[in-house]
Amino acid sequence: MQLDMAEVERVCSDLYIRALKILPPDIKDGFKRLVGAETGETAKAVLGVMVENVAVAERTNNILCQDTGIPIYNITIGRNVSFDGAELKAAIRRGCERSTKENSLRSSVVHPITRQNDQTSCGVRVPIVHVDFDEREETVGIEMIPKGSGSENGSFLKMLLPSDGVSAAKRFVIDRVIELGGRVCPPTIVGVGLGGTSDMCMHLAKIAATRPLGTVCSDPEGAKIEAELSKAVNELGVGPQGLGGRSTSFAVHVEIAATHITQNPVAVNIQCHSARRALATITPGGIAFS
Amino acid sequence: MAHHVLDMPIDAAKVRELQIGDTVTLRKTLFGIRDATLIHMFDRGRETRLDLDGHAVIHTAPNVRRVDRSEEAPVGYAPFCIGTTTSQRMERFTRQLMEREGVRLIIGKGGMGADTSAAFKDLGGAYLAIVGGAAALETTWIERIEDVDMDDLHPESLWKFRIRDLGPLLVGMDSHGGSLFETVRDDVASRRDAVLASIGAGE
Ligand code: SF4
Repeated sequence: MQLDMAEVERVCSDLYIRALKILPPDIKDGFKRLVGAETGETAKAVLGVMVENVAVAERTNNILCQDTGIPIYNITIGRNVSFDGAELKAAIRRGCERSTKENSLRSSVVHPITRQNDQTSCGVRVPIVHVDFDEREETVGIEMIPKGSGSENGSFLKMLLPSDGVSAAKRFVIDRVIELGGRVCPPTIVGVGLGGTSDMCMHLAKIAATRPLGTVCSDPEGAKIEAELSKAVNELGVGPQGLGGRSTSFAVHVEIAATHITQNPVAVNIQCHSARRALATITPGGIAFS
Repeated sequence: MAHHVLDMPIDAAKVRELQIGDTVTLRKTLFGIRDATLIHMFDRGRETRLDLDGHAVIHTAPNVRRVDRSEEAPVGYAPFCIGTTTSQRMERFTRQLMEREGVRLIIGKGGMGADTSAAFKDLGGAYLAIVGGAAALETTWIERIEDVDMDDLHPESLWKFRIRDLGPLLVGMDSHGGSLFETVRDDVASRRDAVLASIGAGE
């Protein structure tokens, strides 16, 4: 399959606005679970407003949250796909710009030093593009994540020592959730990275934070910690919007990578309740959005 | 827990009636501000021609559409998606915003800190919590964009919105030193050790 760059541009544009408008089904189900388990009156009212907001966005064809985020595109290239890599990057960027213009999106992206906003949702090295490869025949997956800033500001890395053990990593996660309170728009998905190098660890936390609800860490030890922490955070009483209650998080997700004998890194990246993602799959048969 | 319907602007006596846990519906006028607006107003001494005296400000940077000027869009902007940003970043501006501009209410998400609480107590102000990230719903409460100043900072301009029954909002911090966010923080702090012990991560 030869990747058609005009098509990639269009898909990247569509994905941005779709992600901003339609909450993925796993998050909607997550809300149902939290509403069912919540006991606090204020917390129930806050969750009710969030659920209503999802319905209003669909009914009024509006975006869910005003924060259009930092655009991230995760590209997965299958087998027997040919393309020009530089052209692919340019097409993604054009798609992101086009969506911003055509949909009158607020550009939330600025130069880090001058704070100049080009009003395109693009800037130096943004949109963020990750490319990976998999085994699927003639298939390209494009996932778009508009990463909200309130929750992105809830990001932390600590290079713990091996002697600190895994208990220090767990404590680090719990203490960050406490410290963040309502600032990250709970209920959240708490993404935790364990291992790797510093940059890999942070990246793992982002993968974890943006993984669909209901999926489990592929490493059994990671999965165990994930289950433990998922239960523990909802005992803290932070609650939706930090106003108290059980519903602090939909889940804690953990991703791991091997690390150095001298290292024990832990990273935290938070996804807010507006846990937006959109996926397109391109095959010779056409484009499917999900 | 009382419910208050407030026709903006209001005076200090009215603000002092609000207690944490009460709910509020706002009417008529609301101003939008955020990081750059405040940095320019107070760190760089920029003045605004808009009168904020007795008014409420919301921490926002809206998505708006440029349209032809009309009665519905007096400055050529129509609201598209208006939501709320995290308030904590604006903490150091509260007192100046109240002293220089006369602001009485701050609407935001996540709450604010001790300096804001002190300013509310001294000058008569309150913080109203809105549900962050519920912007599609919030937008239905905005009737029109009445005015805009400092639009070179777009979207972080100073916005003047005409609103229809905006709320219910929750009084998160009042002028008597009360803060729901503090109460929750204390409660969470008291649970921390038991939670850590339950996952074998106690100190
Ligand atoms: S943290 Fe998320 S839900 Fe909250 S305002 Fe930002 S993007 Fe929206």
